[in-house]
Amino acid sequence: MLPSELNDLYKEVILDHYKNPRNSSEIIEPIYKARGYNPFCGDEVNLQINVDNNQVIQEVGFQGHGCAISQATASLMTETIKGKSITEALEIREEFRKMMQGENSNLELLQDLEILEGVRNFPVRIKCSLLSWSTLEDSVS
Amino acid sequence: MIDITNIQNDFPILKKQVNNNQLVYLDNAASTQKPNQVIQSIVESYELYNSNVHRGVHTTSMEATERYELARDKVAKFINAKSNDEIIFVRNTTEALNLIAYAWGLNNIKSTDNIVVTELEHHSNLVPWQFVSQKTNCELRLIPTTPQGTLDLSKIDELITEATKIVSIVHVSNLTGTINPVDEIIKKAKSVGALVCIDGAQSVPHMPVDVQQLDCEFLAFSGHKMLAPPGIGILHAKTSVLEELEPFLRGGEMVKEVTYSNATWNDIPTKFEAGTPNFIDPVGLGVAIDYLSSIGMENVRQHEKELITYALDKLKEIPGLEIIGPTNPEIRGGVATFTMKDIHPHDIGTILDQRGIAIRTGHHCGMPYHKKLGLSATSRASFYIYNDYNDIDKLIEGMNDVINFFN
Repeated sequence: MLPSELNDLYKEVILDHYKNPRNSSEIIEPIYKARGYNPFCGDEVNLQINVDNNQVIQEVGFQGHGCAISQATASLMTETIKGKSITEALEIREEFRKMMQGENSNLELLQDLEILEGVRNFPVRIKCSLLSWSTLEDSVS
Repeated sequence: MIDITNIQNDFPILKKQVNNNQLVYLDNAASTQKPNQVIQSIVESYELYNSNVHRGVHTTSMEATERYELARDKVAKFINAKSNDEIIFVRNTTEALNLIAYAWGLNNIKSTDNIVVTELEHHSNLVPWQFVSQKTNCELRLIPTTPQGTLDLSKIDELITEATKIVSIVHVSNLTGTINPVDEIIKKAKSVGALVCIDGAQSVPHMPVDVQQLDCEFLAFSGHKMLAPPGIGILHAKTSVLEELEPFLRGGEMVKEVTYSNATWNDIPTKFEAGTPNFIDPVGLGVAIDYLSSIGMENVRQHEKELITYALDKLKEIPGLEIIGPTNPEIRGGVATFTMKDIHPHDIGTILDQRGIAIRTGHHCGMPYHKKLGLSATSRASFYIYNDYNDIDKLIEGMNDVINFFN
């Protein structure tokens, strides 16, 4: 029998996003882009973002490889930030970081990302989950 | 044969519960556990013999010095060094290799020379030589690997030439477990007058290693990979080389006479042990050597050969699992490295940890070799004297969990 923590970590939704990543087509000549790389795991996330004149995210694409947590987070992140402004996306990033560190976080902003809450019980895996968010920050800064 | 139950009872950590399971420790290539005998020797060192070595005239300092030098004697005998003066205490294999790179490499290599290493090097035997190569503008050459993860020696005559000043090679690979044919490479190096450095981090703890038989100039290894505490490593070097070598670090203890403008160096090995050394952990290493010697290094190797044979047979049956490195146990140490189709090593590591099974996941300080294989990470189970077939069965059960989880 597998312990319940493991089921909290690898929820079905997470495994589904890992196996079938959303928004995985590459955007050619995007307005914002960045490559995130974690040398410890070899996890990689390439992110592209297109925004309109109001800095609202219209298109987002990511390609990468790595563990289930890093890739599922990237996939879930792209779904959540689409249609949000860059400022809002960065606010979500901050709420996600708080959730990972066990602080009170705004679940309304986090939406589906809440299912990644179980990652925080596995401290060495938190950085897997933060990779796509630091890539997002790099892309717009 | 070796008495596993008695051995296991000597290692208190093996009774530890991890996530409600008894610890199955399969991360020995990274670091090994410590038997009671070693732990007690450290406690005793602090409780009874804690004093700076070499300078004191009082009893405790003399006792500490005696224990420190007895450890050197044990190390020398363990690898059959010609003299205790050829044993230099350092922190770890990495420091030993850096000592050679700085003290010998920077002073003896010209731009027209070359350095030869292999594609299987741990970063510790690659990065210091990259540094020497960049500083001296000399060429750094690589002995390539075959698809099976062994060294390809077919072009050795073109690689090791008259211009080769040092051949620095890993004895047993921590990436693939490959036991490299060092005798053949040393013979070639000797024929062109090159020095030889052996990275013994994964060989000295696991099999008989005799420096006189190898006839290498340098051998580096770490205590913590052979039952001893971390923080003590060994550089063995031939007396003739050490006498000529410039110091690596300068300061107290390594000097003979000091004036305001100059200094002369102490005799070897002290010339290479500047400052207060770690005088506690060598004692633990000495006791670890006693422990391993009582088992016999031939028996250690035989035991691990049986474990790797069993492990590779069982792992091969898992669908989607690919073994990295040679499958012939005759040329493979107790290191089982593998990948799983579509499942990342860190996910494997996390799931196994829930069953108390400790393996290593990542690039194991061999990024270039992983890149060559087109991999970013692998999973690695590595064995030692306290592991048995039961541990491997648990690993296999754990791997079945992993598969069920992802399918």
